[in-house]
Amino acid sequence: MSGPRTLFEKIWQRHLIHKTDEGDHLLYVDRNLIHEGPFYAFDGLKRDGHKFRRPQQTFAFPDHYVPTTIRERESGLDGIADPEMRRMVEQLEQNAASSGIHHFGINDKRQGIMHVAAPELGVIQPGMTVTGSDSHTATHGAFGAFASGIGASQVKHVMATQTIWWQRKPKTMQVNVEGSLGTGVTAKDLALTIMAQLGVSGGAGYVIEYTGSTIRGLSMEGRMTLCNMTIEAGARSGMISPDETTIEYLRSRPYAPKGAHWDRATAIWREIATDDHAKFDASLQIDAAMIPPMITWGTRPEESLPITGVVPDPTTAKDESQRKRLQSAVNYMAVKPGAPLAGLKVDRVFIGSCTNGRIEDLRAAAVVVRGRKAVIPAIVVPGSRSVKAQAEAENLHTIFINAGFEWRDSGCSMCVASNGDKVPPGERCASTSNRNFEGRQGLGSRTHLMSPAMAAAAAVTGALVDVRKLGG
Amino acid sequence: MCGNLGDDMEAIKLLKGVAIPLPRDDVDTDRLIPIRFLRKPLSDGYGNFLLADDRFDESGQEKPDFVFNHPVYRRAPILVSGKNFGCGSAREGAVYAVKDFGIRVVIAEGFSDIFRMNCCWNGILPVVLQHEEIQAICTQLLAVPGTEITVDLERQQVLGPDNRCYTFEIDQAVKQRLLAGLDEIGVTRQFQDRIDKFEQQYVSVMPWIAAPGSTPHL
Repeated sequence: MSGPRTLFEKIWQRHLIHKTDEGDHLLYVDRNLIHEGPFYAFDGLKRDGHKFRRPQQTFAFPDHYVPTTIRERESGLDGIADPEMRRMVEQLEQNAASSGIHHFGINDKRQGIMHVAAPELGVIQPGMTVTGSDSHTATHGAFGAFASGIGASQVKHVMATQTIWWQRKPKTMQVNVEGSLGTGVTAKDLALTIMAQLGVSGGAGYVIEYTGSTIRGLSMEGRMTLCNMTIEAGARSGMISPDETTIEYLRSRPYAPKGAHWDRATAIWREIATDDHAKFDASLQIDAAMIPPMITWGTRPEESLPITGVVPDPTTAKDESQRKRLQSAVNYMAVKPGAPLAGLKVDRVFIGSCTNGRIEDLRAAAVVVRGRKAVIPAIVVPGSRSVKAQAEAENLHTIFINAGFEWRDSGCSMCVASNGDKVPPGERCASTSNRNFEGRQGLGSRTHLMSPAMAAAAAVTGALVDVRKLGG
Repeated sequence: MCGNLGDDMEAIKLLKGVAIPLPRDDVDTDRLIPIRFLRKPLSDGYGNFLLADDRFDESGQEKPDFVFNHPVYRRAPILVSGKNFGCGSAREGAVYAVKDFGIRVVIAEGFSDIFRMNCCWNGILPVVLQHEEIQAICTQLLAVPGTEITVDLERQQVLGPDNRCYTFEIDQAVKQRLLAGLDEIGVTRQFQDRIDKFEQQYVSVMPWIAAPGSTPHL
């Protein structure tokens, strides 16, 4: 009876426990990821006397409140000066110990941003349902999983029942990307291009599956960058059908299936990919060759343009509400309508985050930095301690340090500014993170989102610049 | 105070009260509650942190021009806003802040999926109306600050200041839970047998799901 099906449809059917008469769907959860944020969930669980149903399926990583300077991190918990921040990290450690979940603490060499470290450990596998206490849980769809961010109440529910309710079954959208990305163009530029086309709520109610030759050609790191930003278009999940790239990435990872299980698992994973001719509810076609290096100019992720572009003019907006939005972004960002983006002076650079804190990102930045000097303050924050170790093994850190960049330990850092790594008021930051909201990187901060290579180029020139024009 | 997560699900059926107009699109959760407050205990009263950077200046003084600081809106139970309300971070603290401020209904042109779910789990009703409807309501609210509107969940209707009636759609499962004030885990427990049976079967096929990283015994 069933015709060709999408990856999403297969995962949904495989995990559906029950559908109520009101149309509520109860789904089984394979993996649950948490950071320090949902402490309310542990408190609630304890208070209500609920047992933690499957602690072995929850993985915890302190990432929001850990300090990132090498000096602070050497002292572990004692390196956190702010008592409230320290309590957040400590609390997670204690809750993890008493509940028996997997925990990769502040001193653990496997610690990292949960969306960087969990995949490295092989925790996330094709066909899984994944929940996480963070909207960027969408990242894990890169493995062919159905992964979405949830609030603390739902985290509590997953802890107690290992299930999640979906009141609406999401619709499916295919974003098909064909062709080769140009020189200096990365998964981040692709993500910013797609966000600009869909708009900040264009994906609401959908899960997006990325398909096409360009996607097949991306590494797992690139796929994670792309799926990560899916939430910025309002879609809860982005996903990519598993293939040999996915399977090779997972081979021998600590939490991947082993021995006979590996063989059985990979057979199942190969079947889960979207069938030929499967139907999606909506679709978008992108020509990879047309994508230039992209940069956000405004205060919403959709407000991005090619680096060769100019700041939009609010007076040419199509209606009054758009005019108001553009004007408020122009005012906040202190940019001039009609002025070219290239050449705009930048005060600071942040390379890192769950979007672009992976080894491939640091390599791309290092290529640009090598033999040059940062002319403004710039920090490099590896997305995990294993990324940091790998970068050090490749001597990338020396390139950054010699160029005057600050080399840090891993955490969310200046993407979300919750650990005190902030952009000072009024400063303009070239950032490889995911949100350019007003005040996101600190009160009054101005964020321009871009790829690691573009951010590195900004650091060595002090301005927004087309990395392709920097020369060798 | 917002109090206890999850057991504070008093039912919403009919609510008449002052509505705050916030006619902006894309009010994100970083804005609703800036990150620096998310390390505070709930007992601090998250309502104090709601839209903190709009309501207060750097010295903590109220900004008199911001709509929330108008005396008539101090404990208003309804908020009216634009598209894509609650976008961005999954932080449920944004909903605790809304609720602790005293708001029980948010009417908007649209919500981010995560925020909408977080509302439902905390007994806050998210109502979606059309652009023109929101505009009409906001115009009236701005003209006479302190104007009341009525939200009737049972009938899925909003009664505007001018007594115009706006109908809205809502998922039936969400509606039932908000009407009854049900605790989610309690609801799920009714399906315990099904969950157990499902899990047993599922894990027998894929044992590595339940025991991550273990080596199979052959």
